[in-house]
Amino acid sequence: MLEKIPEQIKRLAVVIAIIIAAVIAIRFVILPSSLVDRQFHRRSTVEREVAKNIAFAGATVCGTCHVDQMAKKSKGYHKNVSCETCHGAAQTHIENPANKPPAPRGREFCVLCHAYDPSRPTGFPQINPVVHNPLKPCMTCHSPHDPVPPEAPRECSACHAQIANIKSASPHALIGCTTCHTAPAQHKINPRRVAPTKPETREFCAKCHGKEAKQKDAPKIDFSSHGERFLCWECHYPHLPERTATKR
Amino acid sequence: MIDRRKFLKKAIWFIPAAGLFRHFVKEGHAKPATEGYDPANHLYGMGIDIDKCIGCGRCVEACKTENNVPKEPFFTRTWVERYTIKKDNSVEVENIESRNGKVGDRSTESDVLRSFFVPKLCNQCEHPPCVQVCPVGATFSTEDGVVLVDSKRCIGCRYCIQACPYGARYLHPETRTADKCTFCYHRIVKGLLPACVEVCPTQARIFGDLKSMASRLVRFKRTKRIHVLKAHLNTEPKVYYGNLDGEVR
Repeated sequence: MLEKIPEQIKRLAVVIAIIIAAVIAIRFVILPSSLVDRQFHRRSTVEREVAKNIAFAGATVCGTCHVDQMAKKSKGYHKNVSCETCHGAAQTHIENPANKPPAPRGREFCVLCHAYDPSRPTGFPQINPVVHNPLKPCMTCHSPHDPVPPEAPRECSACHAQIANIKSASPHALIGCTTCHTAPAQHKINPRRVAPTKPETREFCAKCHGKEAKQKDAPKIDFSSHGERFLCWECHYPHLPERTATKR
Repeated sequence: MIDRRKFLKKAIWFIPAAGLFRHFVKEGHAKPATEGYDPANHLYGMGIDIDKCIGCGRCVEACKTENNVPKEPFFTRTWVERYTIKKDNSVEVENIESRNGKVGDRSTESDVLRSFFVPKLCNQCEHPPCVQVCPVGATFSTEDGVVLVDSKRCIGCRYCIQACPYGARYLHPETRTADKCTFCYHRIVKGLLPACVEVCPTQARIFGDLKSMASRLVRFKRTKRIHVLKAHLNTEPKVYYGNLDGEVR
């Protein structure tokens, strides 16, 4: 069998076997594993990534020079707003103070956050830029570093506009919010953390709507027989109390 | 013309030369990327507080400045979506563009049940589908939990862009390679916050180290009801949404 293979083929087979052995030896023995290993490429990628330029310097650096503005800002509503949110990336300003970062002064910038948008969380201060002192730059009344409104909102409707609108068309329109709710002073500063009180008992409504109540124009009902198992607000929405309650 | 004897003599020299070359490559390998930073001690993640996002787009703007992302709205590493849920339970999703500042007035639409903003970015998955599909091994997870792209290896085939279930990747029009959020890797290894977290005016984005019990992110995860996007895909995202509506995909 083996004798039948021509001599030149045998020699060729030996040459091919040597080539294959050499390739395997180069690939697995001579070539450094780091050339084949992905770890090497990954490390160089990480190095390239780490070496990238920083554009935003970070919130704490600004205070080392701009002490006054930082002190003012740290007490106001914008205390958690980073300087670079409004002034833009400032790493170049730190490297060379002559590169002044921009300071937005018109009306266009503030409304990015403070224009009314129903998707925004309730309690976030928002205005309608069309009717809120049109053409006046925001800075004339509100200092951006300590944006206290010229007057703290006295009316609840400043934030609770939807409820105020509903109530204004209801029989309760002339009753002030504070008749039923007591709002601690802190509620204006931390609206979500400090909530105003809500009347939760039947006796509270009975002060006007009970049979013995002195209020003349309020509809009177007998609290001993009327919906005794329920609290008043479970059938009557207090901000828009219908004459006849929703039937259950 | 080289004769056989000369060729064999030169080939003998090749072997020790290769050994020397191997030694030098190993030397380069051992150098750490950043002084005093050990990626094994960190695992990064981000929390997003839906109740706080006001959809102002500062994060998108800052990301583009920090990472040289093209300014056109089509190219984004992070973006903000507005979800509007109608009374008939239909859901509308639109992308809030970074600079326009104008927001559609939905207050007149009486059929809206609720509406809110959802910032989105690369979820830096524990099991990233984009890494699995890359034919040249150009994208990978680092030890500290960030998925990076090797822009010199990437051939721009767009497989990963297709594979990402969150649509978080795009093809950079200048380099013609895949690009994505890196949690601002060049910032976080130096102890800075990612640019989007830095500029967020309402702290809707919370960045932190999952391996540090004192990090804000760990506290956020403990105190909020946490959801991740497309949990059924088992990608194990490291972007955690607090108080997220069930309609968000």
